Amino acid sequence: MAVIRDMMPVFELFQPASIDEALNLLDAHQGDVWVLGGGMDSFDWLKDRTKRVSTVVDLSQVGELRGIKEANGGLEIGAMTTLTEVVHHPAVQAKFRILAEAAEVVASPQIRNQATLGGNVSQDTRCWYYRSGWSCYRAGGNICYADTPTAINREHAILQQDRCVAVSPSDTAPALVALDAEFVIRSKGGERVVKAEDYFLGPQIDITHMTVLRPGELLTAIRIPATWANAQFYWEKVRDRNVWDFPLVNVASAMKLSGTTISDVRIAVGAVAARPLRLTAVEAATKGKPRTEETASAAGELAIQGATPLRYNAYKIPLMRNLVKRAIRGNAQATT
Amino acid sequence: MADKLIGQNYTTPDIVAKVTGKAKYAEDFRVDGMLFAKLLLSPLPHARVKNIDTSAALAMPGVKAIVTVDDLPSPVAGASLGEGITASTLSERGLTMEPMYHGEPILAVAAVDELTAAEAIEKIEIEYEPLPFAVDPVESLRPGSANARTQGNVWMRPPAAPASADGKPAPPPRPDVLELKWTADDFANAPAGHLPLGKPADEWVVGDIDAGFKEAALVLERTWVGNNTSHQVLEPRSAMAYWQNGKLFLHAGTQSTVQTVPNVARWVGIKPEEVVLISEYTGGGFGSRIPGYIAMAIPALLSKKAQAPVMMRITREEEHYIGRARPALHSRCKVGFAKDGRVTAVDLFVVTENGPFDQVGDGRSAGDTISLSYQPKNMRWRGVNVLTNTPPRGAQRAPGGMQGQAIMEPILAEAARKLGVDEVEIHKINAPVGKATFGAANQRGQRQYTTSAFVREALDRGRELFNWDEKKARSGKRVGSKVRGSGVAVSAYSAGSVGFDGLLIVRPDGKVQFQSGIGNLGTHAIIDVHRVAAQIMGVPWDQCEVVWGNTSKHLPWTCASGGSQTTHAMTRAAHAVGTRAVQMIQEVAAKAKGGSPAAYKVADGKVSGQGGTMTLAQIGQKAIELGGIYDGHEAPDGVNAWTKTSVSALAGQGLVVAAKDDYKRDGQTRSFVVGFAEVEVDVETGKYTILEYAAVADVGTVINPRSLKGQTFGGSMLGIGHATSQKWVYDQHYGVPLAKRFHYSKPPSILDAPQKYEWAALDLPDPETPVGARGIGEPPVGAGCCAILNALAAAVGDDAFRRMPVQADIILTALEAGHAVHEPLTANI
Repeated sequence: MAVIRDMMPVFELFQPASIDEALNLLDAHQGDVWVLGGGMDSFDWLKDRTKRVSTVVDLSQVGELRGIKEANGGLEIGAMTTLTEVVHHPAVQAKFRILAEAAEVVASPQIRNQATLGGNVSQDTRCWYYRSGWSCYRAGGNICYADTPTAINREHAILQQDRCVAVSPSDTAPALVALDAEFVIRSKGGERVVKAEDYFLGPQIDITHMTVLRPGELLTAIRIPATWANAQFYWEKVRDRNVWDFPLVNVASAMKLSGTTISDVRIAVGAVAARPLRLTAVEAATKGKPRTEETASAAGELAIQGATPLRYNAYKIPLMRNLVKRAIRGNAQATT
Repeated sequence: MADKLIGQNYTTPDIVAKVTGKAKYAEDFRVDGMLFAKLLLSPLPHARVKNIDTSAALAMPGVKAIVTVDDLPSPVAGASLGEGITASTLSERGLTMEPMYHGEPILAVAAVDELTAAEAIEKIEIEYEPLPFAVDPVESLRPGSANARTQGNVWMRPPAAPASADGKPAPPPRPDVLELKWTADDFANAPAGHLPLGKPADEWVVGDIDAGFKEAALVLERTWVGNNTSHQVLEPRSAMAYWQNGKLFLHAGTQSTVQTVPNVARWVGIKPEEVVLISEYTGGGFGSRIPGYIAMAIPALLSKKAQAPVMMRITREEEHYIGRARPALHSRCKVGFAKDGRVTAVDLFVVTENGPFDQVGDGRSAGDTISLSYQPKNMRWRGVNVLTNTPPRGAQRAPGGMQGQAIMEPILAEAARKLGVDEVEIHKINAPVGKATFGAANQRGQRQYTTSAFVREALDRGRELFNWDEKKARSGKRVGSKVRGSGVAVSAYSAGSVGFDGLLIVRPDGKVQFQSGIGNLGTHAIIDVHRVAAQIMGVPWDQCEVVWGNTSKHLPWTCASGGSQTTHAMTRAAHAVGTRAVQMIQEVAAKAKGGSPAAYKVADGKVSGQGGTMTLAQIGQKAIELGGIYDGHEAPDGVNAWTKTSVSALAGQGLVVAAKDDYKRDGQTRSFVVGFAEVEVDVETGKYTILEYAAVADVGTVINPRSLKGQTFGGSMLGIGHATSQKWVYDQHYGVPLAKRFHYSKPPSILDAPQKYEWAALDLPDPETPVGARGIGEPPVGAGCCAILNALAAAVGDDAFRRMPVQADIILTALEAGHAVHEPLTANI
């Protein structure tokens, strides 16, 4: 059978109007159904015919999946809320600016108008071998094409490589990990809530899935607790182009200071492993320390312990080190 | 008083349609019974198709026809494919049974809709025999390496035949695809990052390079790895075709309306007079479709076979494969400098990544451009075009010129730093002036020379505009994690041809109708040039109409829109036809009113003399009454045959005027741009921002300032993308592209553009053309690229990078290590 790409195939499209209807459809078509959010990841897979399903459940008509509600000093953001809505929401801007900053540098304005927060955290990796339809580990095969002697792996993992070396491409994910967000997952069987850092899976746990979502489940909302509201935030994304580009590395931190001492901190880095990495060792080592260049530099060095470069991505190690350093140091310019 | 039109801004008549979406591009057309085509692409970099079973596809309801290479006419050598590329018998066919690259089309299916056509392709069983392949040109020169084609791996002239009995040397044979392998010894220094200097396929020398290097105070030798860059036009190669009354009607975007017709005829296997090309709007070209493109034949032949109109919409991924790209040049360049910065000798070796088909001219053009831009008295150029199993290359805006500039400019800037010479001054001391010679000598020992060059004036203007001295003072200084750098670069490119025709009608309704055979590729030349004739005729612009974009509307023989030749060539033609129109209006007036033609004055939309005044409407009416030479029933001598046909077809519509550009020209027309850039690099991330870019154009008389600004900035951005982000990526083991979508090949976005952009044009007329105007399309590209490269080197050091594009990873790793560490010679990473 010859291959053709970039041409939408036939499928049966359902547009449920409620979460319950959507869950019923997922249940009825288990194993052969695709959940469509904003479509910014889905359309690639569908049009390239690399993932084939006979049924697509489009969530765009489910009103209860949209919108941002303030609750207990925190926020509950519907999974189908667009990134543009997240960026411009006054409460996000006022209390959790780091999420607005992260969402605002996703892709391009047109994509942010269509892309959803749920989709941004649940999207598949952008490894160009995997997305070209190669039968790699992640696609159920038994090789990683991005980790061969000739592989071009400039954008791949430096940490937690385990057969697969693909990375998490999400910009909002590290921000949500830093904010200690919770992800609300519903199925016909009920609801479960997982911590942001537990939503994402590395290849050592599940090499064919990026998240804990299972067939029949929907990510319905993301809750941001009040804990880190108005904390000292740091967000930075380094990318090749200033629009429509995935991160080479991104970093998010939320910090509480007592005077100049770091009393509490959460920090996460994206695009260095298959999941956004919460840097607990860095958090532990910096807590109680003064917020200084020395503390920041030590944090940077600590962050990259165990990092292993592939042929073309050694730059990610100093890049991660420097971004972690900045995320601890804050917005002050380097003096060296 | 009629307006002064030359040098004035105005609104072109196609703008409203373009910005409101009313403009119809090829894929916007619909006709009754139209089918849709889809392509089956090769999944392998090089293979032989052993068997195709289309039975299941053809059995599908809705599938109407399949074409393969067997349905195409035989290849014809000699066709011009634009900017020095000539078709050979090894040329691309459009469809193939021996795919030469991953993504090459093998067959096309026509069906009632695209979905059916796609499903049909998935039902086709196709069996391949994989063949050896090469996707890295330098690797393909290693002993024992694979060749891209069964015939060999390089374009090279076979050994000359022995001299004939009377001692006359045989003419040099045409280049052919042969095998060339360098020795293991040649590769000894490759691991250290030096391009091997093995046997070249071609070379030329001027002066004495050994003597030149001997007198040098500083000699620098650098290896430079280039990038392949797709054209990324917004409108892909979509086309729609149908047949009526024995003629092919083809809707497609092309750079050149008239000049595309002979190629379509050749590709489809019919006569030029059997082709009607409709191309009112074209979504960009940049050299990728100067005279059309071979894929135009696919809907044409599918339509013939299916006996129905066929629309072929090309996807973004297909466009990556068939849409052309600039070839990467990998080079080693040794340059000698005197103490004052003067270049004493250049020794250049270029390996051109040719792709699988006809020989591209970029390598040679790179040498010519260096010779022109820096005027070395002593220069050797050596080169080899290596075939690779990667998508076909074509001309891209300053083909070879941009790459040549990127080889030489960083060396020049480094020399300026090492010698303590100001960078503007080192460019001035080496700049071409006036009738500057360049390139190799011909068989009679003569070298080409320019019609004019005002590069020093441009550098002085740029120094002021950019405030160079102030920016230079802060260049290389670090503040926090940021360090700024400023650079300057010169670029040059061809900018004009001669010998084409102008054609206009003074209609009995008083309008002057200009027939434009130029393509509407996004420059405004299609309209601009006719304002020259309008100004000469003294006719107000609102009394003028321009007809374009449809060869059934009888257009004049017109240059191809490539090589930045249009503004020069067609203002000359417009000058000729405008001048001739004035004479003919005088003659008609004299015939109507009596007296001598010369006593009549043509101005302000009328003609006045001793017998009274006539409006242009009356002139048009009188010309029809006079007939013969006046209304097109007799075509003037001297114009090209194509124009004569158009004149006959327009006969009787008014005063029909045609004239050929017979003006003399001494020299080759070249335009120049100088670029100045300031960048700010974050040394903790390697990421940089272009704070400012200033360009000064030496392009002769300015015709349309707003358009010139757009062209100068657009061309600069194309070059900037080469420096900053745009590239191909290949896995060498599998021979397949990884960056095959718009996003992954990273053309710069508007947010990557310089934060501040300034420009100026010298507006000094070229003395060898009556209007004084030269072309602008290509000259800005090299300056845009190289000003950024030079500014980056000023910020982070001359040893930080040895390849393009210079991305954050290259800078950061180099800063960490203290020298360039990126893989030295590997292509497409």
